[in-house]
Amino acid sequence: MSKFTLQVNGRSHDVDAAPDTPLLWVLRDHLGLVGTKFGCGIGQCGACTVHVDGDPRRGCLTPVSSVGDSKITTIEGLSPDGGHPLQLAWCELDVAQCGYCQAGQIMSAAALLARNPAPTDADIDDAMGGNLCRCATYFRIRAGIHRAAEISAGMGAKA
Amino acid sequence: MSASSEGRLDRRAFLRLSVFSGAGLALGYYLLPSGLAQIAKPDAGRPGGLFIPNAFIRIAPDGTVTVFSARPEVGQGIKTSLPMIVAEELGADWKSVKVESAPLDAAFGPQFAGGSLSTPMSYTSMRKVGAAARTMLIEAAAQAWGVPAGECVAEGGMVRHIPTGRTVPFGDLVARAAALPVPDDKDVRLKDPKDFALLGSRIGGVDNPRIVTGQPLFGIDQRVAGMLYAVYEKAPVWGSRVVSANLDELKAMPGVRDAFIVNRTVPSGTITGLVPGVAIVADSTWSAFSAKARLKATWEDGPNGGASWAGYERQAIEMSRAAPGSKAVREVRRDGDPDKAFAGAQTAIEAYYKYPFLSHTNLEPQNSLVSVEGDRARVIVPTQNPDGARELAAQVLGIPKENVEVTITRIGGGFGRRLDNDPTGEAAAIAQRMGAPVKVVWDRTDDLQHDHYRPAGFHYLKGAVDARGALSAWRAHHVAFGFGNLGADDFPARFVPNFQLLASNLENGVPQGYWRAPGSHAYAWVICSFLDELAHAAGRDPLEFNLAVLGDAKLVPGTGPRGQPYNAERMRNVVRHVADKSGWGARLPRGRGMGLGYYFSHQGYIAEVAEVTVSPKGALRVDRVVAAVDVGSQIVNLGGAENQVQGSIIDGLSAAVGQELDIRNGSVVQTNFHEYPMLRIPDAPRDIEVHFVKTDYPPTGLGEPALPPLAPAVSNAVFAACGKRIRELPFSKTDLSWS
Repeated sequence: MSKFTLQVNGRSHDVDAAPDTPLLWVLRDHLGLVGTKFGCGIGQCGACTVHVDGDPRRGCLTPVSSVGDSKITTIEGLSPDGGHPLQLAWCELDVAQCGYCQAGQIMSAAALLARNPAPTDADIDDAMGGNLCRCATYFRIRAGIHRAAEISAGMGAKA
Repeated sequence: MSASSEGRLDRRAFLRLSVFSGAGLALGYYLLPSGLAQIAKPDAGRPGGLFIPNAFIRIAPDGTVTVFSARPEVGQGIKTSLPMIVAEELGADWKSVKVESAPLDAAFGPQFAGGSLSTPMSYTSMRKVGAAARTMLIEAAAQAWGVPAGECVAEGGMVRHIPTGRTVPFGDLVARAAALPVPDDKDVRLKDPKDFALLGSRIGGVDNPRIVTGQPLFGIDQRVAGMLYAVYEKAPVWGSRVVSANLDELKAMPGVRDAFIVNRTVPSGTITGLVPGVAIVADSTWSAFSAKARLKATWEDGPNGGASWAGYERQAIEMSRAAPGSKAVREVRRDGDPDKAFAGAQTAIEAYYKYPFLSHTNLEPQNSLVSVEGDRARVIVPTQNPDGARELAAQVLGIPKENVEVTITRIGGGFGRRLDNDPTGEAAAIAQRMGAPVKVVWDRTDDLQHDHYRPAGFHYLKGAVDARGALSAWRAHHVAFGFGNLGADDFPARFVPNFQLLASNLENGVPQGYWRAPGSHAYAWVICSFLDELAHAAGRDPLEFNLAVLGDAKLVPGTGPRGQPYNAERMRNVVRHVADKSGWGARLPRGRGMGLGYYFSHQGYIAEVAEVTVSPKGALRVDRVVAAVDVGSQIVNLGGAENQVQGSIIDGLSAAVGQELDIRNGSVVQTNFHEYPMLRIPDAPRDIEVHFVKTDYPPTGLGEPALPPLAPAVSNAVFAACGKRIRELPFSKTDLSWS
């Protein structure tokens, strides 16, 4: 076991874990942040997607020892109050079915919107192709991202 | 046989039948156990001054209405839709309704989620639950005002006196209503559906705010004080046992608390309950997974060590050649004289259709958390069948079933897999030995290699059309794996004058289970594909040919004690509707085509048209799918219902396009998603239209019936596009290139 200090959702956390422990399991078992989900363990499903310094990263393939003092954002820290445009759009369009993959979907989509505020369908295909949804809510995920882009644009106009 | 074990068998048999077909709507069973008065528990103590008219509703003095949702939420939206029904009849303001998941308790009636049965089983009883409470609130207001109850209505969380317009919020009526007797089931008047304000609207899932913020809703997210993390490596060959394992080496690994062999099978002889394996218990999931990666075990070969998919296929082909009347072939149904009809037919064609075993691959891996204290246990589990979890835990632990408390979490995908409770059996056995709460979590390889698979199947078909181009004869021989065959009433039985259905089963050791729309998901593809072949053989438009097959009768009665009526009028109606909405008959260039699929399952009548593009190199793209859906008189939650149909369409495509399992040496070869592809967003159709066709029949469920028509709609569209007939699943096995 080794000691690590992680920067997660704007807070500093000390953890004692084997260096090869994937960030996914540090978040879930050590920090109790279970919004980041386990689906495959080999980077195929995207359910464990978090942001590391703003970039989408698969938590299951990211050893805790590789993170250093990078800023980690999980679904719990995406917004202080569930008010990120994607979270609003997901509720408005009732995107989820079982909901298990949706944290990963939202984190991938948030990274997309951060660099491309008005993505096309092709942009969405490129950015979201790594996130599986077993309930196959892809139709609404696509609509949700477009809707979030609209909400963001509206917020920008107001600000 | 004792009365109690007989009762247990009855329930299991009931569940099996119901889940398979969504049929057997013996409504007497489905009413709440002993009527409303029994479940009302009027003397439940009314803690905190609440009004508790029955097990499902609590109203607080501040006007908050808590509705308990009794059925497991697997993504079908039931946690939102059943409380909507209660709130509608109650006259509650949806914004003041809080929904809570009910624990497993007989007060809530049947609590399984399967067979698309939650809506048909609960629709009327949930209305009565709400209406009973409304009756009491109105009576309380009427007494307070000294006016006749008949002059009052409940709406928007208030009771209103119609002549004077006076209103009083529910919260102010709590004390008075709580003192009133609970009305008898028979005396509760239901609303006229034309007055519904909530049902039929689009209401977002009640857990959405917690889903999008990552709250601990799912089984795998749960933890209790002192909990340990366990993995359980099952014997790789179905039905085999553990000989030895490097337990000492595993126990010396960091974070590992214990490692031991469990050579138990519960219930005895099962391959779908607790089966032999090696348990590894640790301080964290990763420590347990790391130890599992180092496990070296010797396993018995067991009775199934030689099983392979290739071997099963050879046997199926042999069996298909066995003559009717031989021991291996059972005649399920015969009408008219098929031999004579084939002999005199204008055109007869034969085809061989097959499909592989499939996995459920719920995205939330199987898991269960069990705490054992003495002769009592608590199970926290994402299960579609909580009563089954209670029963298996009790059997494994050797304690009375009543001593097992079950908390049902939100479920990261059901699809039928979680009707079986093997992870709870494992967690119970491990927790008992450890003397501490234990959460068992499967990894993806466990999930793929120890699933209870969608049965594979082989269908040998012969059909004929007469000189007028009408379907005159049909013979089908279904070779299956012992987990259900086409039944005597399965379409197109009753719609072809000369008809023979034969069934055979291969002996095998493959654990099998219910997969979304059991049976129907594959039968629809086989049957609608072959009907399409016959339409082309007859030189007729498939739409017109299929409408002719459906005939002009309204209701075609069922045959035999388990027969189901088939409402041909409802089916013709959705077929015509989907043809109209999809623009059927439009001339499309070569490489593009439209196909029709339609199927009755789980009490729903659904038709779908797919429009596809097949490139000359054989790349398939589904451009558009239009669905016409008849699930009766009332859509409960319109947004949720549309979501189910959209998801079923893409899920059906996902399975049909690329999924198959290979079996070698008695176990499944595939280990993870890179070998078992699930459809991804770039391949999902972007244009899906859902049309609900309302009819005067009781509302039925939508978790399953929109899936079966999709695969044949697409494969028939492929034929229309490029002339390639797909007779094997997944589609990826067939070369679709054309020039």
